Amino acid sequence: MTLMSDMGRKAFNLGVPIAVHMDVTYRCNERCVHCYLDHDDHGEMTTAEIKDVLDQLAEAGVFFLTFSGGEVFMRRDFFEIVEHARRLMFNVKIKTNAVMIREEEARRIRELDVDTIQISVYSHRPEVHDAITKLPHSFERTIKSIRFLREQGLRVTIANVMMTVNSADHLAVQKLAADLGVHYTLDPTITPMMDGDTSVLSLRIPGEELPEIFHNPALVGSQEEFCAPPKPPSKEDLESYSCSAGHSFCYISPYGDVFPCVQFPLPTGNIRQQKFLDIWNHSPQMKEVRSIQAKDLHVCSSCAHVSSCSRCPGLAYMEGSMRGPSTADCEKSFYRTGVPTANMLQQGLSKPRTISSNNAPLVQIRPIAVPA
Amino acid sequence: MSENSIYIVRSSAIAARALAGEMMVMKASDSTFFTMNEVATVIFQAADGHTPLREIVRDRVCEQFDVDPEQAQADAEQFVAELSSHGIILVSNRPLAAEAS
Repeated sequence: MTLMSDMGRKAFNLGVPIAVHMDVTYRCNERCVHCYLDHDDHGEMTTAEIKDVLDQLAEAGVFFLTFSGGEVFMRRDFFEIVEHARRLMFNVKIKTNAVMIREEEARRIRELDVDTIQISVYSHRPEVHDAITKLPHSFERTIKSIRFLREQGLRVTIANVMMTVNSADHLAVQKLAADLGVHYTLDPTITPMMDGDTSVLSLRIPGEELPEIFHNPALVGSQEEFCAPPKPPSKEDLESYSCSAGHSFCYISPYGDVFPCVQFPLPTGNIRQQKFLDIWNHSPQMKEVRSIQAKDLHVCSSCAHVSSCSRCPGLAYMEGSMRGPSTADCEKSFYRTGVPTANMLQQGLSKPRTISSNNAPLVQIRPIAVPA
Repeated sequence: MSENSIYIVRSSAIAARALAGEMMVMKASDSTFFTMNEVATVIFQAADGHTPLREIVRDRVCEQFDVDPEQAQADAEQFVAELSSHGIILVSNRPLAAEAS
């Protein structure tokens, strides 16, 4: 165990929110085909409100702070926000499409000692990337910005969301990242839209294509280990929790709504009405999320994959129950190991039925917008 | 440099937060991660650039922990030298402007 994971474990056990993801805006200069956000501004927090939230987060023990959106640079006060965050000694990461980053912005990001900048790149082919972002020349501008950031010696990660329209390109994007001297991460997760619209799920890559990813050592490390059949769960496994959502991590929207995770749209309170720590410590929803152990899961507790599945409670919640299975993760577990999941067996399926093809009712709640 | 004239201030090129009395510190330049024990955390938190190290040891460390003052001062100087070599704090024989709040 590394020193950092040791501290992460300590924060988890103590219920300290060591990491927070904050979207500072949902506005964006791109219109990505898979994006789940409503880009209109329904009353974003002001600069002063965000600074106050940051003060509260520092007081609550938050160390890792990720700023994302929307596109963070759509806010003219974004650097003022980062400056305040760094003054409070947060470890700051920024997620951006980088289109608005030029030499001056890259220099400012370095001066502020930002830890990492994660940038979305969908393809090595400009026409494919631009077709996904719906912003002409966005590929050219993003790559140029990555070079500006690298010239400043900053750590950059290319995030490659994999979907039907770019599934053939991930190896070339990985090579592009290596050529640019940046890290690479691949994510095949497509999330329903905030208003519950599931049409974007048709962009999810078919499960049959997942084995190719899961058997690529450059992406998963040791294939034998990653694709090994699941071990029988121990008592400890059954008493474990799904992830850090609500335990040591949470998400804050541009409107001040607090959720267990960016992918878990269960409203737990609004920072314009309550102090952050009141929500974190006393929200009944947070407490409920925190209470769920593997043994409490309706279907998954009896699943062979229970000890190794990447089950996302947020995706499960969007499917109808935070204690239920997350079909997307059932699919991953099956295609990773070849072993059927309890969810599949219960439905008499020989291969997973994906959300995009089964019309499963999705429950998703639009974040509460509270006027300033 | 006399012991009384050592001033320390936290670098602005780090991230830091206390967790259950232990300070977590990450360097911006290479993401090296450190943790400090409770005594070191007290010194780090008091590193405001204008309080002499000897005063920090006397008023904070010896006040909160059952330690011999001379030994505490010697340990603090060694600790400060180590942190300084990693660029986590800046050391001077005259008061320094605070780099981070």
